[in-house]
Amino acid sequence: MRFKDVFSIIGPGMIGPSSSHTAGAVLLGRVARGLLETEPIEAEIIFYGSLAATYSGHGTDLAVTAGLLGFDTDDERIPESLEIAELSGMTVGFQTSSVPAVHPNTLQIKLSSGNRGCQMTGCSIGGGNIEVIEVNGFDLKFTGNYPTLIVEHTDQPGVLANLTRLLSEASVNIGYMDVDRKARQGHAATVIETDGLIPKELLGKAKLLSHVRSIHYIDLNGGASE
Amino acid sequence: MRFSSLKELAVVCEKEGKSICDIMLEDQAAESGRSKEQEWEKMKAYYGIMKDAAAKGIVSEKTSRSGLTGGDAKRVHEYTRNPDASLEPFTGLAMAYALAVSEVNASMGRIVATPTAGSCGVIPGVFVSSQERFGWDDDHMVKGLFSAGAIGYIIANNSFISGAEGGCQAEIGSAIGMAAGALVELKGGTPAQAVHAVGLALKNTLGLICDPVGGLVEIPCIVRNGFGAVNALAAADMALAGVRSAIPTDEVIQVMLEVGSAMPDTHRETAMGGLAQTPTGKEIIRQLAKDRKKPAVSKKEDTK
Repeated sequence: MRFKDVFSIIGPGMIGPSSSHTAGAVLLGRVARGLLETEPIEAEIIFYGSLAATYSGHGTDLAVTAGLLGFDTDDERIPESLEIAELSGMTVGFQTSSVPAVHPNTLQIKLSSGNRGCQMTGCSIGGGNIEVIEVNGFDLKFTGNYPTLIVEHTDQPGVLANLTRLLSEASVNIGYMDVDRKARQGHAATVIETDGLIPKELLGKAKLLSHVRSIHYIDLNGGASE
Repeated sequence: MRFSSLKELAVVCEKEGKSICDIMLEDQAAESGRSKEQEWEKMKAYYGIMKDAAAKGIVSEKTSRSGLTGGDAKRVHEYTRNPDASLEPFTGLAMAYALAVSEVNASMGRIVATPTAGSCGVIPGVFVSSQERFGWDDDHMVKGLFSAGAIGYIIANNSFISGAEGGCQAEIGSAIGMAAGALVELKGGTPAQAVHAVGLALKNTLGLICDPVGGLVEIPCIVRNGFGAVNALAAADMALAGVRSAIPTDEVIQVMLEVGSAMPDTHRETAMGGLAQTPTGKEIIRQLAKDRKKPAVSKKEDTK
């Protein structure tokens, strides 16, 4: 089933004009903010396909910026997000690309803040639903509909077993997983979508696991951050 | 969910002696792991957003971000209240509210995607006008939103609800079917009658293309929301009068899938055909592109 529940049909509550070009873009911005785990100072956004052609008319630039600021899809400050970003010291740049993308509504976000940086590519697939397809150079897919753990680690035996054991001990059910690596025994990344919220202490324990390089936790349903 | 087709939904309703709303609410709570009360409150908040948008849009003269549209809801509301109007006033109100919510959407106001932002006017148009007409309370309307959601869930998973995939029939068509079926249930009709209303409504929008001028959710999206609300009222009345969809509604949904899949790309939200490519449509696009060259914030263009 592509659509899982009643609120993927009635909803989201959002600022117009387009569920795919506006609401979906806010959510993609929020995922990127979640990956950086701090206030972005510099943001570069590249629009592909239909977004490249119509981002201005749909306010997609305002919507992504709102997401980077941590706003929700129905925040009435979305139309003023560029001014708000400027006031808070965030530089946002937009580019369009004519390189063909996998989906008509694709965008890429690069963020930095001091020595932290991240990159992600995602698609807005309709009705305000999104699909992330790339994180920091890894081909990882997830929807943002569930609490999501993104773990960067070294490609070594037992890393996933240790991670899933921690989740199992906390009675957190895994609904979906995706793994990618840059090279055998090299840099790898795993995304895990869970049914229940992931307790903070579990994240702390996971960070200490051997071969784990970094852990990001994204929960878009937990409401917008301030 | 215990249902994946409208037929299955009607069977579950009949077997358990429950409404479409009851079944949707129970299955939603089971799927999300939250309580029925929590899901009810979330839907009720959404209804609040719909009412606010309807009230705001019907008096607004604000133009959209592009400047292409705005103020039609107010015009229609004022005209349909006078005795010369062909529509009965509450039908005119449904149309005006539908236009109102769609205009709020186009001007970056707050709405609820039902099922998409492009089709966000139909359900509030039907619901808010019917609530005023029949004196229903908000909880009654929330029931209707769960029924509409169940119908949309089935359409979305068996066919589509986005114009980019299946044309306007998938957006406005689905919204009309959802509103019509829900209204039947709100007025005391049976689940079977509600399902017939969906089929009757969908048959009337099969083949409708998605051809927005400049790719913007404005022309012709906004007026199609207005017409959509009126069609939903008509379909609900037909079904309540005892008219049946001779072709079962699940089969009509399959036709929407067949027709949408056969639609050329030019007619699926790309603005490469239909109204978008008429001489006037192209002129509007040219004008918009010209305006876009002088943005308020510095932007770099087209680096590959």
